Amino acid sequence: MAEPVGYYNSIESFALVDGPGVRSVLFLQGCNMRCLFCHNPETWNLNKEQGITPSEAFKKLIRYQPYWQNHGGITISGGEPLLQMDFLLEFVKLCKKNHIKTTIDTAGEPFSREEPFFSKFNDLIANTDLFLLDIKSINPRVHLKLTGKKNDNILDLFHYLSDKGFPIWIRQVLVPTINDKEEDLKKTGEFISSLKNVRRVEILPYHTLGISKYQQLGIPYPLKSVAVPSDAEIKQAEQLLGVSKYQDYLTD
Amino acid sequence: MNQNETAWKGFKGRLWKNEINIRDFIQNNYTPYDGDESFLEGPTKATDVLWGKVSALQKEERKKGGVLDMETEVVSSLTSYKAGYIDEKTKNLEQIVGLQTDKPLKRAFMPYGGIKMAEEALTTYGYTPNPELHKIFTQYTKTHNDGVFDVYTPEILKCRHNKIITGLPDTYGRGRIVGDYRRIALYGIDYLIEEKKKDFTSTDSNSFSEEDIRLREEIQMQIRSLEDMKLMAKEYGFDISSPATNAKEAIQWTYFGYLAAIKTQNGAAMSVGRISTFLDIYIERDLENQVITEKEAQEMIDHLVMKFRMVKFARIPSYNQLFSGDPVWATLEMAGMGVDGRNMVTKNDFRFLHTLENMGPAPEPNLTVLWSTRLPNGFKKYATLISIKTSSIQYENDDLMRPIWGDDYSICCCVSATVTGKDMQFFGARANLAKCLLYAINGGKDEITHEQVGPNYDPITSEYLDYDEVVKKYDKMMDWLSDVYVNSLNIIHYMHDKYYYEASEMALIDTNVKRTFATGIAGFSHVVDSLSAIKYAKVKAIRDKDGVTTDFKIEGDFPRYGNDDDRADNIAVDLLHTFITKIKKHHTYRNSEPTTSILTITSNVVYGKATGTLPDGRQKGLPLSPGANPSYGAEKNGLLASLNSVAKVPYEDALDGISNTQTINTGALGHDNMERKNNLAQVLDGYFAQGAHHLNVNVFGKEKLIDCMNHPEKEEYANFTIRVSGYAVKFIDLTKEQQMDVISRTCHDHL
Repeated sequence: MAEPVGYYNSIESFALVDGPGVRSVLFLQGCNMRCLFCHNPETWNLNKEQGITPSEAFKKLIRYQPYWQNHGGITISGGEPLLQMDFLLEFVKLCKKNHIKTTIDTAGEPFSREEPFFSKFNDLIANTDLFLLDIKSINPRVHLKLTGKKNDNILDLFHYLSDKGFPIWIRQVLVPTINDKEEDLKKTGEFISSLKNVRRVEILPYHTLGISKYQQLGIPYPLKSVAVPSDAEIKQAEQLLGVSKYQDYLTD
Repeated sequence: MNQNETAWKGFKGRLWKNEINIRDFIQNNYTPYDGDESFLEGPTKATDVLWGKVSALQKEERKKGGVLDMETEVVSSLTSYKAGYIDEKTKNLEQIVGLQTDKPLKRAFMPYGGIKMAEEALTTYGYTPNPELHKIFTQYTKTHNDGVFDVYTPEILKCRHNKIITGLPDTYGRGRIVGDYRRIALYGIDYLIEEKKKDFTSTDSNSFSEEDIRLREEIQMQIRSLEDMKLMAKEYGFDISSPATNAKEAIQWTYFGYLAAIKTQNGAAMSVGRISTFLDIYIERDLENQVITEKEAQEMIDHLVMKFRMVKFARIPSYNQLFSGDPVWATLEMAGMGVDGRNMVTKNDFRFLHTLENMGPAPEPNLTVLWSTRLPNGFKKYATLISIKTSSIQYENDDLMRPIWGDDYSICCCVSATVTGKDMQFFGARANLAKCLLYAINGGKDEITHEQVGPNYDPITSEYLDYDEVVKKYDKMMDWLSDVYVNSLNIIHYMHDKYYYEASEMALIDTNVKRTFATGIAGFSHVVDSLSAIKYAKVKAIRDKDGVTTDFKIEGDFPRYGNDDDRADNIAVDLLHTFITKIKKHHTYRNSEPTTSILTITSNVVYGKATGTLPDGRQKGLPLSPGANPSYGAEKNGLLASLNSVAKVPYEDALDGISNTQTINTGALGHDNMERKNNLAQVLDGYFAQGAHHLNVNVFGKEKLIDCMNHPEKEEYANFTIRVSGYAVKFIDLTKEQQMDVISRTCHDHL
């Protein structure tokens, strides 16, 4: 059978904050969300400029194995990796066969308990090691405004992975004036504490480093008037989410 | 040997007692330390007071345009000055004493390398050279520089003038010789003299060759130097004729050896050598006998390092452009593994690194960690933590060097190994291989001056460059370049031996010394990318009215060195091999062993200024990429891909070193220092396990550099240190051009 082809944007050999340890990242192309704060707008369209098979991708990435040691490995990010499920599945299986740990960095938007997605998804979590998930907002209205998509199936994904006991790291993007309401963050904190599989929680402060990419792509930058959060705001959000309670990642 | 019985009490081993053999002494007596940094002590009051004074002097020096004080009347020698202290009033606080001149940060007058340069250095900073000395060094005697220029050929002068060969040590001391300063501590000067006298006698013969005569004269100069070292130490109230009896003396005796070197030579690199583990043996003995405390041990190391931070030489502006930031390369090594498999990490290695915390970051001494994947974790993580905090450390691959140089080598400059006390090096700056490629295209005509510098071979006349034709012509042009290059180095080192012999350093090295002949390459990545462009894309030559190719048009994409792409990286491997093979064909002075390095220091800026537009798209006059670094903007897949490319360049073909400098954004290295130090240690393990040679690690963001460039007056930037190719500098001491160059280089800061 021919290998499924994945469409990717780039490979970053050196990424140390996208999962445990030293990691290399495969950025897949295409995402259905249009998050206002997105710093990778070049990965939105599912264009088919750069195709790659799982074994080709593996061959490129395995070159960085000397740096990974025990905790590190490969992170598949995007775009939205779950949109290219066939490729993704083959790729993580290949990694697993070679004892390479994989992490999926996903927004969870494609998640559904419907077939054919659901079986493939179950196959995926049986072959990968960790999900990096983020809660854009617990508040459905804010979520829709911020990302263009509803959050009910995304929250369902959290519940499902919790029930399965599959480890996740949660990253909450913090965009001042948009998703930083104390009430919402408090609710998010409660939501997280209801889950049984959270190894780490962190705040990702909104930053403006993506602006130049919008300019290059000719897309109007939607958050022009939004400032980056202050240290105090970040600290407060960390408290509301109970970040310090989730230390399991240290001993994983 | 009664004296020795006290001095050597408790020391084990046999060989080293019967001959000069520091390595044997170390192997028999050092205590590997597998723990972490928790035993370390902070600065003492004395350290704070003294370092406060030195910092104030450094500030004053900066205010005065980079030089605090200069000697105009006295020619520097071992005995030309009385004792000098940081401050006469606090001299009792100084645990380790000795200055180059009578005052701190005062630059000595050293005319033997070249009287013109020594005088130019003075006038540049507003001092007036003594006319008497001028007369002596121009009418009655001759200097190294004069000797070299007496003999140079018109062709060499043309190459120098057009800067295809640059930075040659013909106007300054060649440096890069590391005396085994430890010998004074372990044996005392008298024993060293005795041994040198034996060597002298053994050269006796009835039919001296020229070489024999030269050697006999050199040994006599060495012996005289050793005698003078005793007098120099006596000025400070010490008798170094016998071995050191405790840690403080061992440190002081060793420092006196180094002080002798920097009083008599202003070499481009004046390395300290591998003294850390050696000195730890003395400290351990004193700690065990409860003669000293850890606090006192740290204080002695702090004070020793303070002295290394104060080394100064009078330099001329053209030198400063080449090697920016007033560096002296007081390179000092730590860690590494023994050939017996034990790690050579001692508590003293922690103490030396800890000086960067006790007295803040600093470019000197050039602290060098000899990395092995098998080093204990405690040390690895302390070293990487200090890197993250100070960006002041460089790393070299001990697993790669040990099989070649053993376990007692020192780094004699930035990255080059020599066996301590056994080897010396003839430093040879570098040949601009990027310019050589343009000469190949233009039939030996310089692309900037239009002078016929190289041989008048047929230039390339086709519209598009043909890979096979370019490679063939380049090979021929490189033949020519290596001829002129080696020839000029032979002249330089002959004259340096004759007029500026390093008697006090050579006195602390075996008489039967092994010599390496260290050539170097500039423009490495640009040649690789250029050849790759010609091979994999289409490169059109654009010629001016004289038919000289001065620009290129690249059509299509091509693989670049720095992306772990074998198509480009193999060109890099071949280029190096071709060059060193050509160098090795030549006769080299005193039967030295030819080596090469891919290391430019900060001279990449000067070399770049004199190099035209290249087929890889680099524009005329822009800095070349430093050392073995990939070109600016070439790295498309992040740090590890870049490291993998550099790791492929074989050390066996560049035994003088392959320098790589990388800057990592603090935030990109991990969430907190705990994560960061682990991650950085892993990066180093992964890089070096693949056979890479060297890595300078900077940890900060671009924003900090830009802010520092715009606000050098801010207190926080006074000691802000960054690693550049092969050494470290205070960022505020770089020229604006070099600051811009550093800023424009890739900062790995994946979002």
